[in-house]
Amino acid sequence: MAGLDQTTDKRGTDEFIKGLWRENPVFVQVLGMCPVLAVTNTAMNALAMGLATMFVLVMSNIVISSLRSFIPKQVRIATYILVIATFVTVTDYVIAAISLDLHKALGAFISLIVVNCLILGRAEAFASKNTVGKSIMDGLGMGVGFVFALLCLGAVREIFGSGSLFGVELFHERFQDWVMMVLPAGGFFTLAGWLLLFNWMKERKARARSLEEEAA
Amino acid sequence: MSQLPLVSQPPRPNTWHMYRAMVGIGILCGLLIVGVFELTKPVIARNKAEALQRAIFQVLPEANSSKTFRLEGEDGFAVHEGTEADGVQLVYAGYDEAGQLIGIAIEAQGMGYQDVIRVIYGYSFDKDAVIGIRVLESKETPGLGTKIETDPDFLKNFERLDVALTADLSAVANPIEFVKPGKKEQAWQVDGITGATISSNAIANILGASTANWIPRIRRGLEDFRATGGEAI
Repeated sequence: MAGLDQTTDKRGTDEFIKGLWRENPVFVQVLGMCPVLAVTNTAMNALAMGLATMFVLVMSNIVISSLRSFIPKQVRIATYILVIATFVTVTDYVIAAISLDLHKALGAFISLIVVNCLILGRAEAFASKNTVGKSIMDGLGMGVGFVFALLCLGAVREIFGSGSLFGVELFHERFQDWVMMVLPAGGFFTLAGWLLLFNWMKERKARARSLEEEAA
Repeated sequence: MSQLPLVSQPPRPNTWHMYRAMVGIGILCGLLIVGVFELTKPVIARNKAEALQRAIFQVLPEANSSKTFRLEGEDGFAVHEGTEADGVQLVYAGYDEAGQLIGIAIEAQGMGYQDVIRVIYGYSFDKDAVIGIRVLESKETPGLGTKIETDPDFLKNFERLDVALTADLSAVANPIEFVKPGKKEQAWQVDGITGATISSNAIANILGASTANWIPRIRRGLEDFRATGGEAI
């Protein structure tokens, strides 16, 4: 992971797009597995967790990249965690003030965001070496990629595990839910399935490219 | 981690810079959290009070006005003005349009799978039973433990959960009992949920402890609730 990102002179849009697919935080970098496996048993949970994580990711990227020359190398990790934990706490209070129902639905996940290594990973690998503008784009791209990945898992698990999608019943009521899909084991199976698909696509693309090169 | 290109590294770590960064950012973060906490505190308190009011009418569906009572002595009740205070135990009486007492909503809490679960339940004098329950606060596992709020079969347990008292009004005749999913045979038993055994068991335990404590007192203090009547608030 550390090798992937150094100071770049790519444009902001490139920083945004790389997080969506080529360096997708879940399917390619395999970061932040705790929320990925724990809270994706319904599509709604996955979406809410993804959005909350994206907000914290963008905010901490902004703060850390603007303070990057002020933070000595020796205490950087402690400082990053401090900044991340602050934004998570703030998010917690703000959500409770906006809507108690939403807070109730998210309550268990919000504090999990602090330990999401995706956020610390981006702070360390990207925001601490790049300008504020690029860090915002990086945070947004990685955030959207994370939401996308969580939705992929959440949708599959909800469809098979509860027979519904975003709470809307999909099948006849005689459909027997696969309870296993909602349990932790289902998370591992679904993640494995998606990783298989992504790696297969990546390999196919690489093979096509090498064939092209040979032909040329 | 490879060499940081943008930070020029002093030969020996500069202690002052380290303190400056950690303490400075720490203070700023602290101020930010305190600021947001103070700003959102009144809003959150108001949200909670509104949610409690809504929940009272949900667990006592036939009521359309409510009054707060506090426990006085062993089993007397008096009208309580203002908000919750420490050391005061509150219950909420619900009245219908004619001012007739319908039932009492009682808050209860206990340990769930992750953290404390707070619930409110409605007790009906006519049916001598718990007639509804709402979870006010829980941190149960999303999708599993949270079934205690959404599972229709589980919620059916609380449409009429028997808590009839013994003849001398001193205790609940048949304490609420937790049974395995689909094994409910008696009106005072609670069916568990597959995949949420601990959480559903916790709800049954919370209700069992709370009804054993409150229902005899409420029954003995019945006249206190009737006496004030239910003029609209």
